[in-house]
Amino acid sequence: MAAPSSVGIVTTPPPALVLRAVVKDFDEVRAVDGLDLEVPAGICMGLLGPNGAGKSTTMRMLTGQAIPTAGTIEVLGYEVPRRSKQARARMGVVPQRENLDDDLTVRQNIELWATLLRVPRHERDEAVDRALAAAQLTDRQGSRAVTLSGGMKRRLLIARALVHDPQLVLLDEPTVGLDPQVRGDIWTLIDRLRSEGVTILMSTHYIEEAERLCDDVAVVSHGQVIARGTPSALVAEHAGVEALEVYGPPARLVEVEELVAAQGFSTRRTGPSVSVLRAEALPGSLLDRLGDGVRRPANLEDVFVLLTGERLED
Amino acid sequence: MAVITASTPDRVRTLERSAFAGVLTREATLFKRFWRSSAFGSVVEPTINLLAFGFGFGALVSTVAGLPYIQFIGTGMVALSVLFSSVFSGMYDTYVKRLYQRTYDGILATPVDVHELFLAEASWIAVRSGVFGCAPLIIAMAFGLPPSWGMLAVPFIGALTGFGFALMGMWFSALVPSIDSFTYVQSALVTPLLLISGIYFPITGFPQWVQTLAEINPLYHCVNLVRDAVFGWQWSAVGDVAVLAVFGALMAVLAVRSLRTKLID
Repeated sequence: MAAPSSVGIVTTPPPALVLRAVVKDFDEVRAVDGLDLEVPAGICMGLLGPNGAGKSTTMRMLTGQAIPTAGTIEVLGYEVPRRSKQARARMGVVPQRENLDDDLTVRQNIELWATLLRVPRHERDEAVDRALAAAQLTDRQGSRAVTLSGGMKRRLLIARALVHDPQLVLLDEPTVGLDPQVRGDIWTLIDRLRSEGVTILMSTHYIEEAERLCDDVAVVSHGQVIARGTPSALVAEHAGVEALEVYGPPARLVEVEELVAAQGFSTRRTGPSVSVLRAEALPGSLLDRLGDGVRRPANLEDVFVLLTGERLED
Repeated sequence: MAVITASTPDRVRTLERSAFAGVLTREATLFKRFWRSSAFGSVVEPTINLLAFGFGFGALVSTVAGLPYIQFIGTGMVALSVLFSSVFSGMYDTYVKRLYQRTYDGILATPVDVHELFLAEASWIAVRSGVFGCAPLIIAMAFGLPPSWGMLAVPFIGALTGFGFALMGMWFSALVPSIDSFTYVQSALVTPLLLISGIYFPITGFPQWVQTLAEINPLYHCVNLVRDAVFGWQWSAVGDVAVLAVFGALMAVLAVRSLRTKLID
């Protein structure tokens, strides 16, 4: 699926995306606040952050649909927004909000995008067939889009964005609002894209999604990248190896938080429990006073909460 | 869009044919599905008007401006048909596609710029208006309007007029706070435009200031051109074409500019 790019003899391809000190203001609100990000070609990059962190605005700036207030953006070597049209011709964009042509068939929806994305006429049928197959929608190609389930609609949105063999694919919250098993289907699709060498930039606020799919994660908070690395490196660096989840009534949980804080360790609320982070390093004396708990591997959510004090998923 | 220096292999023109083709293909695909309902509204309304006024009012007056009334109203209805198939498409469809269906967000993420998107959509509506505009003429012919070579110009007059009104509708779609506001546009603008256009009766009966207003009503110039085309050209047609061309250009600037501020953050 990945198009042999025209870089020729160049061995290290230029980065797919470069954002430098990007700022975006909406009236009084600063949505993006000096964001720096460089994404090498061929990786799946995750933008991890809660709703309102500036992920979608950043995505829109990459297609020229939002104009940065300050800073510079390069997409596939093209300066954006000045040359965003050339960049758009080489990337596929999967929006968070479904915007299919409901009354047209699955196939017609992809065909339209093949025209908009300038697939040469004689290659169009084949390109549409390939996109249908990639999204496993070949059997449904004659169905009207309005009749599709939520998961199939999302697959169609992805198929539509792949019809011209893009070098870069932007996925804005690709599985938001989907059932867990449907989410798995989308992950399989994204993972296949990644293995084909397409550069992917994906925004998400689902930890599991970022951990499974992303080669590299940028943690975004209040319009800035506050940490960057592979999911495992981020976890190891910021949250250690293990967390200890201690359960109890609310009063007990407050007591646990105070005990742990006194010893210089961090905690965070995880539903009915308190997670004590870096549990592998807790002194025995403290462990005794905490009593029974459940040990679990540290995860990206722990990292996120540690770094920002905010929760990711509502 | 800046024009890239010629040495760059992938220079971008201000108006690219591929961008137009993409948007027009979408319109054509949707039209193939919805042409019946779309044609119905644009053809039936003027037809009913034509028959009702032609026979109802035509029974009271035999000639208007030297023409049998059915021929006068039949040629006038061309403009009504053009107006209805352009301004309402421009308003409602653009509003729905922008805010409810989010179609434009999708298209603008492909290599299509805002001005290309709306000029292409307006061109499509213009062609459609030109075609639908011929319906009243054909019906009037069935009731005795003599055919003439000039009639072949009518679709072009309709398209030129429809282009401007489509863009006017698009411009309004970017200005209104909600879709309900189109009612105001219809009552306060569309209806007066119709009444001082010379569609139903000559504007010569109005006081001078209303006649002056009619001179800046593009629909009035469309009506003049259609009657010229059917009954014989006059030099004033050059002025009519010029007004419609200026109207189209002005609306293009206003529509594209205001829609750009709505679609590009």
